[in-house]
Amino acid sequence: MSTRINDTTDLQAISRKRDLRRKTIPALAQAGPVSVWMILFVTLPMLYIIYISFMSRGVFGDVVYEFSLESYQTLLDSIYFKVIVKSLQVALFTTVACLLLGYPFAYYIARKPPAVASKLIMLIMIPFWTNSLMRLNSWLLLFQTSGPVNTFLQWAGITSEPVTFIYTDPLVMLGLVTNMLPFAVLPLYSTIEKLQNSLLEASSDLGANPRQTFFRITLPLTFPGIFSAVILVFIPSLGIYTVSDMLGGGKVLYIGNIIKNQFGSIRNWPLGAALSVLLLVITGALIFLYTRFSKLEDMEVV
Amino acid sequence: MASLTKVQRHRKALGILGDVYAILIYAVLYIPVVVMMIFSFNDQRYNYYWNGFTTQWYGKLFTNHALMDSLWYSLIIAVLATVISVVVGTLGALGLKRYEFKMKKFVNSMIFIPIIVPEIVLAVALLIIFMNVGFSLGMGSILIGHCTFCIPYAVVTIKGRISGDGETLEEASMDLGANRIQTFLRVTLPSIMPGVMSAAFLSFTLSIDDVVMSNMLSGAKNTTLPVLILSMNKSGVTPDVNALTTIMILVIVACMLLSNAVKAALRKRSAAA
Repeated sequence: MSTRINDTTDLQAISRKRDLRRKTIPALAQAGPVSVWMILFVTLPMLYIIYISFMSRGVFGDVVYEFSLESYQTLLDSIYFKVIVKSLQVALFTTVACLLLGYPFAYYIARKPPAVASKLIMLIMIPFWTNSLMRLNSWLLLFQTSGPVNTFLQWAGITSEPVTFIYTDPLVMLGLVTNMLPFAVLPLYSTIEKLQNSLLEASSDLGANPRQTFFRITLPLTFPGIFSAVILVFIPSLGIYTVSDMLGGGKVLYIGNIIKNQFGSIRNWPLGAALSVLLLVITGALIFLYTRFSKLEDMEVV
Repeated sequence: MASLTKVQRHRKALGILGDVYAILIYAVLYIPVVVMMIFSFNDQRYNYYWNGFTTQWYGKLFTNHALMDSLWYSLIIAVLATVISVVVGTLGALGLKRYEFKMKKFVNSMIFIPIIVPEIVLAVALLIIFMNVGFSLGMGSILIGHCTFCIPYAVVTIKGRISGDGETLEEASMDLGANRIQTFLRVTLPSIMPGVMSAAFLSFTLSIDDVVMSNMLSGAKNTTLPVLILSMNKSGVTPDVNALTTIMILVIVACMLLSNAVKAALRKRSAAA
């Protein structure tokens, strides 16, 4: 009797040991580094920035560690509130523009034979291996007061005086749209590509005209791609400050610029943190909506 | 019959319209690159307007110490970030795909944060932490910042390439007497190699082009090439930067074409065998 009990405990011990060797150690060795990295450099900083946003700014730009809603109240001040509203509008404009321009383009590529389509996708990627700031700088050179665009406009007699394009919102928006377009095209392409021709044929066989087929078959079925595109364009355009820095010349300020300034010359960490938390909340809300009808893992991010 | 030709004509017109539209979009994407290249031949101290053709910047850029230093700084960071991200990312992708553990769901959602949240948020969050623990800003802090957004991309890219039957092959390998390391190097790694290669390429390009993270996390002394360009913006970018960027894009495209050619050759060989 007692030997039998010993046998089972021995067996259990052996199987536990084998499990440790077969499962636990490799699992730790493989998933360990990434888990530790993410907790140290993503989870902790994110929690800490939320914590700092509830502190207040000292006289010398230091952080006073006492609970306060000061920074969030500051966000409602008209100067900051206007910047927030404007950033949201610009990000929305960029997203809509990228969707409207990107959808037909993605559709065009997706209807090509796979070999051609992959080459066309490659052609989209190549310009983005050029430094993004230098590409933005090119728009500045083109739209300079004495640049090619102004020269052309005057030569064609459209304007007599050079038009001021640089350091204005429209040029920043042009920069944003051209920078973000691939992030809309790629997820759109991958959902349109999966669309089955038979469904479209069935729709037209059943008497739908192309417009009806588009709005009632194509558009609903490619909705996951559209929502991925919205997330991949809207959220970065909301936080980006390089485009407004390069093309806005310090005159065009969005949320990103304001956050950056709080950690530079102005030194108001809690306010910068509160603005960052605002971006986090907007991001979280969009992701929550996304996960209502699609899996986060399915989002085509690369 | 007539209606059929009408439909065909309609289709053809739509096709041409599609071609024209696609060409226009490609033009918008390529114009900045072409303009950037053209202005590398501009005979002027700062790039404002076209002032005549010269190739002098392609020689002079190598004597611009600030530019060369920032280039090396960027390259060193990009190579280190790529190596770290690919190693951590490959192991992580395998671990997260194959094993069940308590924190798995949590780690999986953490991985999406750097991909989705605006970069400036993560950058200032890291900045605050580094300042408060007294970690001095410099190459180390930039490297950590870059890895923090490269590792998630590496994990996602590689995870997509791990096939379901990988484990059976690994077990077979170990049954045949290979140890865990041998199995990893000779069975697992070759099967996910395409994913590892694209993760490496992606990490390198993300790191070398990064502005926000580097800008927030660089110390007073040295900085990366994109941050230098950002700081040049006020006074005007000099044409030698255009020359350098032109060389860089040509090198990247050449590498890409070469790797595609090698891949095609390998595929042909394995098809023949």
